[in-house]
Amino acid sequence: MDAAKVKSLNLTAAKMRRHALEAIQCANSGHIGGSFSIAEILSVLYFDRMRIDPKNPRWEDRDRFVLSKGHCTPTTYSALALRGFFPVEDLKTFRKIDSNLSGHIEMKHVPGVDMSAGSLGQGLSVATGMALAGKTDGKNYRVYAITGDGEIEEGQIWEAAMAAAHFKLDNLVLFVDNNQLQLDGPVSEVMSVNPIDEKFRAFGWNAINVDGNDVEALSAALDEAEKVSGKPTVLVCHTVKGKGVSIFENGVKWHGGRPTAEEYKTAYAELDARIAELEG
Amino acid sequence: MGEKISTRVAYGEALRDFGGDERIVALDADLSTCTMSCYFGEKYPNRFFNIGIAEANMIDMAAGFATTGKIAFCHSFAMFTAGRGYDQVRNSIAYPHLNVKVIGSHAGLTVGEDGATHQCIEDLSLMRTIPGMVVLCPCDANEAREAVKAMIAYDGPCFMRTGRTALETVTDGFSNYKFEIGKGVTLVEGSDVTIIATGLMVQESLKAAELLKAEGINARVIDMHTIKPLDKELVIKAAKETGAIVTAEEHNIIGGLGSAVCEAICDECPIPVVRVGVQDEFGRSGDAGALLKLYGLTPENVAEKAKLAISRKA
Repeated sequence: MDAAKVKSLNLTAAKMRRHALEAIQCANSGHIGGSFSIAEILSVLYFDRMRIDPKNPRWEDRDRFVLSKGHCTPTTYSALALRGFFPVEDLKTFRKIDSNLSGHIEMKHVPGVDMSAGSLGQGLSVATGMALAGKTDGKNYRVYAITGDGEIEEGQIWEAAMAAAHFKLDNLVLFVDNNQLQLDGPVSEVMSVNPIDEKFRAFGWNAINVDGNDVEALSAALDEAEKVSGKPTVLVCHTVKGKGVSIFENGVKWHGGRPTAEEYKTAYAELDARIAELEG
Repeated sequence: MGEKISTRVAYGEALRDFGGDERIVALDADLSTCTMSCYFGEKYPNRFFNIGIAEANMIDMAAGFATTGKIAFCHSFAMFTAGRGYDQVRNSIAYPHLNVKVIGSHAGLTVGEDGATHQCIEDLSLMRTIPGMVVLCPCDANEAREAVKAMIAYDGPCFMRTGRTALETVTDGFSNYKFEIGKGVTLVEGSDVTIIATGLMVQESLKAAELLKAEGINARVIDMHTIKPLDKELVIKAAKETGAIVTAEEHNIIGGLGSAVCEAICDECPIPVVRVGVQDEFGRSGDAGALLKLYGLTPENVAEKAKLAISRKA
């Protein structure tokens, strides 16, 4: 990946965070931590990797994306808006009663969303069904899904992991957003999930550990995944919850917490500075 | 008329027979030779997927299939689709209004000797409360076949209940019989009381009407194969014309057909309603026929409750 592309993807991720922050402030609620930790994954998917057409969001040969951690809408809706699926101004209506941009991701009314989600643990199964449908129809689209690391405590994730390997779904890539925090505290204290890579390998997956906030590393891992035949790939993405704003990073309270006016100002300024730096 | 066949077998044959539509896929959770999705699987192995004993995953995989334009049928016992899979059906199928048909076989008491853990008497209730779900409960082979055809033609989420035991086919004996989702069928005209039945209680209610007739009571019998959307028009018409209603279902009296009928009439035409069904208790293990008797799902009890409803008329 050339330096200009890296810079552009990082810039997009920073813009997503700024839009997400604004949206959360307007809505008076929303999930900062997990939204910010996946911004680079979304940037790589929507602005480099995925075969999609914002003018034809239901194009049947498009690549698919399932946000299994359905609460991380702020950056995801921002990615869709920046990619041209709907106007960027709509982001300020997030979570409002007259807006289609609901708290958890919703496919019926939001262009570009491939699956509704919110109840944790279900998205990998849906992605598995999409990938198996692609194989059944002889189509070459690819399917991507993101789960949280806390989310893999759900048993259904492992039902889906078993099935995806059983059906040899090499057109499926799962990102586990391994930011090590969940709502009640550190994942290691609430319910240990490690070793994530070894667990998936034992289920028959190709597992790659990657810095999930590094667009170049993510892109390289996706290249590797595309070369693997006969098994699905999981990217265990080592990320920072709240990434991109110093006062949010690694803070448990930012799972669903709302910044004060002062914190908002600080965060906005930091993101602005980052955007200016990348645009400069 | 007269052929004895279970709704699950009739269902399986129908899915196979109408399965030529390339959009159809079927998923099962290691019960395909019980739900009878195996018939489809034998004919169309490339569009049949056994997901193993993982119902939650199966239901959501069906949702994934449906997002790509498939008509996805997923199968297990009612206890494990409507029961275990409630959250998956609600959030991943009904909320995005995907074209998934959720099949719950071996519903009600007549799974018999397997006992309470397998006797799902809450499926109609659970599925009915989810916005946008169509809920079907065919009474015989003919109706089950018609229901499969209708579900394929209908673009949206459906739950259909099937049963384990062989039942007499009765609906083909009525010249006016026509299956349409959301439309009940008046099988017998009557003016003294209306028996609204679903599933195997339709046959029992036809027998109950005969018993009542012998006593000079003319009972109307309605086959309510669609629990949701309920045919309110037909229910209210029956309430107004006969002034008393008995509901009959192989289901808990809470939440199913009886509740749906009460909800429909309470605003517009409050009249006495007596609900025949399982009286909010778990079933025992035992022979299916013996269980139906033990819990009052008999023609005699339906007839008795019809008289009770009549006695309560204002």
